[in-house]
Amino acid sequence: MFGKLTISAFVHDPITNVAILGTIIIGIVGIILLIRFKKLSWLWKNWLTSLDPKKIGVMYIAIATFMLLRGLADVLLIRTQQALSSGASHGIINADTFQQVFSAHGTMMIFFVAMGFLFGILNLIVPPQIGSRDVAFPFLNSVSFWLFAGGALLVNLSLAVGEFSAAGWLAYPPLSELSYSPGVGVDYWIWSLQIAGVGSLLSGINFLVTIIKLRAPGMTPMKMPIFIWSVLGSMSLVVFAFPILTATLSMLALDRTLGMHFFTAEAGGNAMMYVNLIWAWGHPEVYILILPAFGIFSEIVSVFSGKRLFGYKSMVWALGAITFLSFTVWLHHFFTMGAGADVNSFFGIMTMIIAIPTGVKIFNWLFTMYRGRVRLTTPMLWFLGFVVTFTLGGVAGVLMSVPAIDYQVHNSLFLVAHFHTMIIGGVLFGIFAGFTYWFPKFTGFTLNERIGRWAFWVWLFGFLLAFIPLYILGLMGATRRLDHYDASLGWQGLFIVAGIGATLICIGVALQILQVIVSIVQRKQHLVLDGDPWNGRTLEWSTVSPPPSYTFAVIPIVTDRDDFWVSKHQSIPDQVPRHYRAIAVPKNTSAGIVIAGFATLIGFAVIWQIIWLIPVALLGLIISCIIRLSHDAEEEIISAVDVERQELTARRQRDLV
Amino acid sequence: MKIFIIAIPLLVVGGLLAYALQGAHFAILDPKGIIADKERGLLIFTTLLSLVVVVPVFVMLFVIVWRYRATNTKAIYSPEWDGSRFFETLWWGIPCLIILVLAIVTWTSSHQLDPTRSLTSTHPPLKIQVVALQWKWLFLYPDQQVASVNTVEFPINTPIEFDITADAPMNSFWIPSLGGQIYAMPGMTTKLHLMADTSGTYAGSSANLSGTGFSGMRFSAIATSASDYANWLIRAHSSSQVLTSSSYTALAVPSADVAVRLYRLGEPTLYDTIVMKYMMPSTATSSTDTKAVNSDMDMDTNMNMNMPGM
Repeated sequence: MFGKLTISAFVHDPITNVAILGTIIIGIVGIILLIRFKKLSWLWKNWLTSLDPKKIGVMYIAIATFMLLRGLADVLLIRTQQALSSGASHGIINADTFQQVFSAHGTMMIFFVAMGFLFGILNLIVPPQIGSRDVAFPFLNSVSFWLFAGGALLVNLSLAVGEFSAAGWLAYPPLSELSYSPGVGVDYWIWSLQIAGVGSLLSGINFLVTIIKLRAPGMTPMKMPIFIWSVLGSMSLVVFAFPILTATLSMLALDRTLGMHFFTAEAGGNAMMYVNLIWAWGHPEVYILILPAFGIFSEIVSVFSGKRLFGYKSMVWALGAITFLSFTVWLHHFFTMGAGADVNSFFGIMTMIIAIPTGVKIFNWLFTMYRGRVRLTTPMLWFLGFVVTFTLGGVAGVLMSVPAIDYQVHNSLFLVAHFHTMIIGGVLFGIFAGFTYWFPKFTGFTLNERIGRWAFWVWLFGFLLAFIPLYILGLMGATRRLDHYDASLGWQGLFIVAGIGATLICIGVALQILQVIVSIVQRKQHLVLDGDPWNGRTLEWSTVSPPPSYTFAVIPIVTDRDDFWVSKHQSIPDQVPRHYRAIAVPKNTSAGIVIAGFATLIGFAVIWQIIWLIPVALLGLIISCIIRLSHDAEEEIISAVDVERQELTARRQRDLV
Repeated sequence: MKIFIIAIPLLVVGGLLAYALQGAHFAILDPKGIIADKERGLLIFTTLLSLVVVVPVFVMLFVIVWRYRATNTKAIYSPEWDGSRFFETLWWGIPCLIILVLAIVTWTSSHQLDPTRSLTSTHPPLKIQVVALQWKWLFLYPDQQVASVNTVEFPINTPIEFDITADAPMNSFWIPSLGGQIYAMPGMTTKLHLMADTSGTYAGSSANLSGTGFSGMRFSAIATSASDYANWLIRAHSSSQVLTSSSYTALAVPSADVAVRLYRLGEPTLYDTIVMKYMMPSTATSSTDTKAVNSDMDMDTNMNMNMPGM
């Protein structure tokens, strides 16, 4: 009846039980509060069923924040284990749990934290920055989001029902094959990524089309804000890379559930093929994450230096070069697999070539500040922290691109330190900078600067303390993913320091959460009535903050790269349109939730091999798609009178400033 | 005051690290063999070359931010200045030159330090076959007719030819003091050539996750004088345990934190049997047809994998 799902799937060790109980209690308290304050229908109508990219963006960020906290809880477990488990002591968790924890940590941080924040920011910023009211396919956007949420749900469910993969975040076979991982852990990994991955692919297509088709009149490619260029590069990578992930995961799933032999050790399978395929997706994935971060930093440096971005054309070419090159370097993740010297040197050289356009970007940012008026606000602090950490991490990257050096540091903690420097110092710092910068755009008030600065400094020092020891440990020959090591190796002190660093990072995150809460409480003191707190340059700042549901009452006409900046400086009087037009916005729908719900159910059924549930859920998925696609009236009209009323209110508020 | 806000945490970071580093041993920076030595040389060269870019970036970063801070109204402010062909050529050009140098170094070093490349020495090379198991390392000396678990001993200044495979999930064979690692994969052989120039016992590890016993899967690589090595061979020869296909099957059963063992090697072709096991139609998977197996062999041959018995 329930396939492999038996009562034993619910039995766990004490630490896991506490985590599960905590999650359940928080969930119940949340629901009770919603019912108590009669907010349940508000949540459903205003948020969950909304097709407004501004709402969807916020929901992405909410889930990413939750997953960040879960990922951090895993970090604390990993660091505690490694700080204690030396010599006679075996730490607090056993090897299997430890391996599940770091596998979950990597999976969640990349797929649900970095990707979640990324798509959140894209949803919020891309449409207004290109002068559009919406993305190209609003309903598809909702489906993407709910598929992402479904994947996140499955990862979290694995904590309470069954187990998670213990095969690392990329689940190399044959370890991840049925013969070595007979449990459901790897299946959870496969299906949560499969479902979230399809969501990412659909989002990629959506934003690509949005940027190509929905730019405001006058915004020629070379007048697009650099952030939009970075998203264009990133989304092209999504469109080309994510199908590889889907195919690879499908083959692994076929191996595991139908006894096929794509990647098994025996019967003609070849694990090396998997390693190639997963990195043919995995390397572009890194650039999918980092390119938009580059874009965010470009916007921020320009705005807070009060100066045009230096070398715009260079920047565009550099982005293009990185986008292209990111598909030609995947083999550097496994120089040690034994390909010949010719192959290894080719991929090594392609890898170090990426350092050139990346370096160009850094010099252009420096020269954007040169002869500017640099305001050292929190977003700029994150930027400066990024330049320092990213450059050092980049040096480590160039080192490892030389195959003969890579042989000595591959799979060591040096490698772990390198990619954390890039993903945290690059992607996450970019996300934090962007979050602080654009927060007032969507709330109407700025974040508390004082707590923001504290959060930054605690974060930065925590970061140094957490990762410098790992670089050193790598040079001492310490490999990654160890749940126990010999006391004679002399590693424990450094692991303890790294643990202190990780704790500081957690305090930094706590300060960031405090910052948001305090800012909401004190919002009256930080209101941005004119909607333009930073003296912005691009179109998103030309509407009121927070923007109305339709974003732009009148679609702007673009004449310059820094259109809003130019229009402010030419002091063109605010042109009040003579009459407003009615605006069509997409109607709310629960179809996205239903479709993604069935997709998640299929995943769950396959994981536990509940055979009857698979066709039932599949049928539900198909039928709900057909029902949705047969709808005609998918839009609702905001009348011209309504638009005028909202616009006049906003204008009056702005004039009060 | 502001200086202290930055200086104190920096001192804390430095102090903690200094304390933690007491008696630390940097295996990669303290090579005991020719390969590790050259790899260290490359590491240092590349780091210094990178500093040519990194140092100016850091200096410029702090100078520019300080000079053009918003409160410094005396500094020049040119809000519309958005490009300079000269500067942009400079920072496309200089990194290109650096990478050109590094590319040449990469090409030559990748060939020179290719793990499959034999080392030259006045001493004849020693062949050692390595099998990664769950979760222990098995070393076979086909010419000396001995075998060992979790310890490998060899004379110094002798080129060692490691043939590496796995009869378990993929792993990575790594002796940091002697040189870089290479993957151990079931059904195929990878090669690694190393040579020690100083006697000593060096830590060897599994660098790739291979299941629950992974952390305890460590071995000692002991480089000794020729006479000590000869004594070790005699000890192994006099071992009561003989390694044959059947005792190997017992050894291959998953076990963690395994103590050192010495064997007489009963079957000199045992290694080939272990590799070829995955190439044969498996009894456990009846659906396999020989055609699939053959095409797989072709593919591995194309990838320059040395396949014994072919």
